[in-house]
Amino acid sequence: MIPFETKNKSKELKESLIKLLLIAASIISILTTFGILFSILFEAIEFFQLKSFWYFITGTEWSPGIANSKFGAVPIFAGTFIITFIAMAVAIPIGLGSAIYMSEYASGKVRNALKPLLEVLAGIPTVVYGFFAAITIAPIIVKVAAYFGLEASFNSALASGVVMGIMIIPVIASLSDDVIRAVPDSQRKASLGLGLTHGETIKHIVLPSAMPGIISATLLGLSKALGETMIVVMAAGLRPNLSINPLEDMTTVTVRIVDSLVGDQAFDSPATLSAFALGLILFIVTLVLNIASLTMIKKFKEKYKVNTL
Amino acid sequence: MIIRKKHKNKEENPFYDPTLNKRHKSSRRFKSFTLGSLIFSIVFLSFFLIDIITKGLPAFKQAYLHIDITFNESSLKDSRQAIDKKYRKVISRAWLRNIPKLVEENPTLMNTTVSMWVLADDQVDQYLKNHYYKLSEKDRALIDDLRAYGQAKLKFNKIFFTNGDSKIPEYAGLKSAIVGSIFTLIITMIVAFPIGVMTAIYLEEFAEDNKFTQIIEVNINNLAAIPSILFGLLGLAIFINLFGLPRSSPLVGGLTLALMTLPIIIVSSRAALRSVPDSIRQAGYGLGLTKIQVTKDHVLPLAFPGIMTGSIIGLAQAMGETAPLIIVGMIAFIPDAPTMVTEAATVMPAQIFTWAGMPERMYIEKTAAGIIVLLSVLISLNALAIYLRKKFEVKW
Repeated sequence: MIPFETKNKSKELKESLIKLLLIAASIISILTTFGILFSILFEAIEFFQLKSFWYFITGTEWSPGIANSKFGAVPIFAGTFIITFIAMAVAIPIGLGSAIYMSEYASGKVRNALKPLLEVLAGIPTVVYGFFAAITIAPIIVKVAAYFGLEASFNSALASGVVMGIMIIPVIASLSDDVIRAVPDSQRKASLGLGLTHGETIKHIVLPSAMPGIISATLLGLSKALGETMIVVMAAGLRPNLSINPLEDMTTVTVRIVDSLVGDQAFDSPATLSAFALGLILFIVTLVLNIASLTMIKKFKEKYKVNTL
Repeated sequence: MIIRKKHKNKEENPFYDPTLNKRHKSSRRFKSFTLGSLIFSIVFLSFFLIDIITKGLPAFKQAYLHIDITFNESSLKDSRQAIDKKYRKVISRAWLRNIPKLVEENPTLMNTTVSMWVLADDQVDQYLKNHYYKLSEKDRALIDDLRAYGQAKLKFNKIFFTNGDSKIPEYAGLKSAIVGSIFTLIITMIVAFPIGVMTAIYLEEFAEDNKFTQIIEVNINNLAAIPSILFGLLGLAIFINLFGLPRSSPLVGGLTLALMTLPIIIVSSRAALRSVPDSIRQAGYGLGLTKIQVTKDHVLPLAFPGIMTGSIIGLAQAMGETAPLIIVGMIAFIPDAPTMVTEAATVMPAQIFTWAGMPERMYIEKTAAGIIVLLSVLISLNALAIYLRKKFEVKW
């Protein structure tokens, strides 16, 4: 008879304990999301008990310091929108262009050399970009504007927007490159066989196929731009300014959050709590963008049955 | 039989497309646009690196003056008495404050006059480096004089690595920020690494494909894309206000960063576990091992290099993160390195941020030098991760 181990009670108990431990670990990530949501939500509710929600989303005056403080966040949203717009105007064409070159034109060798370069760009801490925007790019913009007879602020939206765009290039380029390469080669061959030029094949066949993935990459970049903090804290202004001139100083949601939390005010003053109200808006907007981005990429994966993205 | 007919002019060719040249041109234009955008990224990266390096390199040297120092009772009481009156404006005030400490360390110095290399004022430093400076005519002549005799020199800036932060620019260093960064990252990895790997093992090896698993998955992907500043709000509201952990401490900063690093570790660990072929598991079961034994003794060791690579990349990201740490108060002024994880501390990127906001010009080069140090560490970490991936990569 072959001797075999009989069922061992203590061993079984140990195994189910380990499994419970593993489940507990995976619940922590869910707890984190809810932790973020509730810690922001409760403080934000406290803020809206003190100040009107309606004025917060429609008011145009933001003056937290004074006695009769006002919290109209429209100028802050506008500043965020303009800086993000500039960033995306830089990042989408350059990021997508780089991705197309790497996936469609570059040889394997060139691509292998270029991909780490993008990773270097992606690995640069944003505080470094912020320093670069404030010390190098902003003065250049002031000088160039003066050459054309325009007056630019040293905290111009343009400086932080452009540098933020450069920060987002690798986000868009890296994901778009993966997506474009996942488009089946048969599509390209069929198109070339029908007599389309290489450029036409890319523009009319490959890119439309890859579109859900590209949109997903863009949404991810957009969410990054909205939540980016250090570049705007260092290079953009503090003054809520309702303007569309990118040469003026503007402020963003993240700048106001940092500004109202680094001071020494009491924690339950409306000025401090306003950070959480702004944080709540930022959380909701980025959550929607992230989920839209995830859905898009899932669609793409299902269509072409790829698992590597 | 194939009939080949040479067309004398293009119009006779039934396949002739009059727009063909135009189409090819447009195709070439498109190619040069894509190449152009790639070149833009490369040019920008080079411009950026060169700019930071040229700004930061001078900070690794610092101006010193070779002058006589008198150690006696009166100079211990008022350290300005230790030097000749004419040097008062050009010697670092912070260095002079050190005189009693020098005597304490070496009592034989008492009642002697020693000529030694002494740290110069930041304006002297800027003058010797040909930067913008503010020195009176008289002081400048004095420095020119000393320089002519080889008594004013730029020497390696040891202070930058041995001192903490200071309000006196020539005396400010990165040490307390480096120690703070190390403490914070130790906490981060102690928390994030086991939890991240355990989550990955659960999701990849044990979890069934049900609603609960899907929720966790969507949640992790989403967590990876939440703006980092919101993690700072979480740290402030939960770790500081709810749990009462000390503000500005590496403990709170490390926990906050751990939650941010978690998704990176989970995603890369899952990829590493997935790359282990199923045949390994089947062989284990075939020999009568339990699921946990297979995972622990066979799958995990094979996936370990991949897990390490992902964790190092996560570590590098946590190291460069600033925004959430500002929110939990890690931008305090820290002259001395912390010795405990519960003491107030600052980290390298936060120190860079603080210096960038200082009015004295010398802090610009200090900031850039701090950036050079930070980037070198980050690039080495990433290179290590790539090396590990290459070295231990197994093609099944």
